Amino acid sequence: MAGTEPDRSRDDKRSMLLTALYVAQAQHGHLTHQAVQRVAERLDMDVTEVFQTATFYSMFRTEPVGRYLIQVCEGLSCHLAGGAEKLLEHLQKRLHIKVGETTRDGLFTLESVQCLAACGSSPAMRVNDTLYENLTMDQVDDILDELRGA
Amino acid sequence: MFEPVLLKRTGLPRSETIGVYVENGGYQALRKALECSPAELIDLVKRSKLRGRGGAGFPAGLKWGFMPQGNADNCLCVNTDEGEPGTFKDRVLVEKDPHQVIEGVIIAAYAVGAQRAYVYIRGEFFLGVKRWIKAIADAHEHGYLGRNILGSDFSLDLTVHRGAGAYICGEETAMINSLEGRRGEPRLKPPYPAQAGYQGRPTLVHNVETLANVPHIVLRGAEWFASIGTEKSTGPKVFCVSGHVFRRGTYELPLGTPLREIIEEHAGGVPGGRRIKAVIPGGASTPLLTEDQLDVPMDFESLAAAGSALGTGAIVVMDERTCMVDVARRTARFFAHESCGKCAPCRLGSVAAWRILEGIEAGEGQEGDIERLYALCDGIAGHTFCPMGDAQVAPLRSALDRFGDEFRAHIAMGRCPNAA
Repeated sequence: MAGTEPDRSRDDKRSMLLTALYVAQAQHGHLTHQAVQRVAERLDMDVTEVFQTATFYSMFRTEPVGRYLIQVCEGLSCHLAGGAEKLLEHLQKRLHIKVGETTRDGLFTLESVQCLAACGSSPAMRVNDTLYENLTMDQVDDILDELRGA
Repeated sequence: MFEPVLLKRTGLPRSETIGVYVENGGYQALRKALECSPAELIDLVKRSKLRGRGGAGFPAGLKWGFMPQGNADNCLCVNTDEGEPGTFKDRVLVEKDPHQVIEGVIIAAYAVGAQRAYVYIRGEFFLGVKRWIKAIADAHEHGYLGRNILGSDFSLDLTVHRGAGAYICGEETAMINSLEGRRGEPRLKPPYPAQAGYQGRPTLVHNVETLANVPHIVLRGAEWFASIGTEKSTGPKVFCVSGHVFRRGTYELPLGTPLREIIEEHAGGVPGGRRIKAVIPGGASTPLLTEDQLDVPMDFESLAAAGSALGTGAIVVMDERTCMVDVARRTARFFAHESCGKCAPCRLGSVAAWRILEGIEAGEGQEGDIERLYALCDGIAGHTFCPMGDAQVAPLRSALDRFGDEFRAHIAMGRCPNAA
C-alpha cells in the first residue's frame, strides 16, 4: 500500500499561489478582497493564509495603483553613478506628484525602489513590465507622452 | 588575454535563441554528459573545484554528492533571484544566453538523478521570465527537455516560478518556501535542502552562474577548468562593476584577478582622476575595502584574508568625494526594508541602525550614536535565523571601523563634512 506516500495534491495547488495571485492582480490592477477569496477557494487555502502570503511580497498590492507603475531605482550604485535623484525629481515635476503618490487621473503611480539589477546602466526605471536603462530626461518625456497617448 | 567562457556568446546577434546556441557549440556537453555515469559527472565537478557563484562559494561537487542516490523525488532549483545590490550578472546570463544555463541544469539534474527542476526568478525580471519560458519551450521541442532526453533514459521537466519582490528569497530555504507558495521566510537548517527541500523532497539549489559553468567543465574537462584562477578558487567569474568608474558593466575574468586590474584596466578607472575611497568587492553585504587594499586578488581566500568576501563578485567603486555615512545609510535602509521579519534581531535591529544613520546624515547625530551602532552590530551578528543578520552588519561595521572619523565629524559638526 502506498500509505507512506505523502498526499501532495494540496501542496501542488499551494505551489501555484504566487502565479494565481499574479493572474488575479492583473485583472484589477491590485488584489481585491474578492479576488483573494477566489484564489483561496481554487487552491484549497484559507483566505487569511493567502493574505498573509500576498502581503509578504512587495509586488502584490492590496491597494489600487495607477495604470502605469513607475519605479525608479535609488539603490547605492544608481545613486553613485548619478542621475537617480535627478530622474526622480524630473518625474515628480512632470507628473505633479510626489514619490508614493498617484496622479489624479489614475494613470501614473511613482515609487522609488532599491535595486533593479541595472547597476551598470543607470539611471534606470521600470514601467509596469518594461525596464528602461541609461535614460536621458528627453527619453523620459517621450515615454510619458507615449503612455499618455496609449 | 583571457578568453571569455560564460559571456562568449552574449555579444552575438540573437544570442538568446536556440539556433545561435546550437550553432556555437551548444548542447554538445549534454550529449557527452549523457554518455557518462552520474557518479563520473559528480567526480568531474568535484575535480574542477567549481564553487557556488551566488555568494557563499560552497563546492558544487560536494553539494551534488549530498543528494541521495536513486531517489525519484530529487529535484533541482535554479536560483535566479538576483537581488544583492550591485549585482546584475545572472540577469545578463539569463537574458543573453539562457540555453547555456539550461544545458547546465539538465547535466546537473542528470548527475543527481532529479526529474523535476524549477527556476525561481526574481519577479522584477520581466525579460528574464520571457527568455526562460521561450528557451525552455524551444529546448523541449528539440528534445533537450521532457521525456527520454536525446534518446536516453533520462527525463526532466523544467518549470518557471516567478518571485514577487523579496530579497530574502535569494536565501535557499526562503526560496523553497516561496516556491511552495508560502511567505519567503528562511527555514531552520538542518534539514538541509539536500535532505528535505521543496515539498520535503531532496533538493539541489544552485545559482545561475554556477550552472552556466557546468557544460564547459563537461566539454573541456576538470583540469582545464581548475587551471583557470587560483588553486582553491577555480574557473572564470563574471564580475559586475558599478559606481564611480568609466565603464560600468560585466567583466568575465579568472578568479584571482586583482581588484585594481578590474577597476583600472577593464572598467577604465575612476572619472576625473579622482582617488578611490572605498570599494564594496562582492555586493552590498560584503565588508568595505579601502584604497590600500586594491591589489587584493578577487578570489574567495584572498578576500577573506583581507577581511571581506567575494560574495557575488559585485564591485561597487566609491571615489574620494563619497560620503560614507550616506553609503551606510543607504545600505541600512535596504536591509531594513528587506528584513523578512521572522526574527527580532534583524527585524528591529535593522530599523534601529537605519534610523540612527538617517539621524547622523541629517545632522541630528547624538553623542553615543557610534557606540549604539556598534552595540546593534553585536546584537544582530550571529543572533539571527539566517545569514541576513551577518549580511547587514558586515558593511556597517566595516564602515564604522574604517571611516569612524567621518561618522564622528558628522555628529560633531551637525552636517556632512564633505558637503561644501
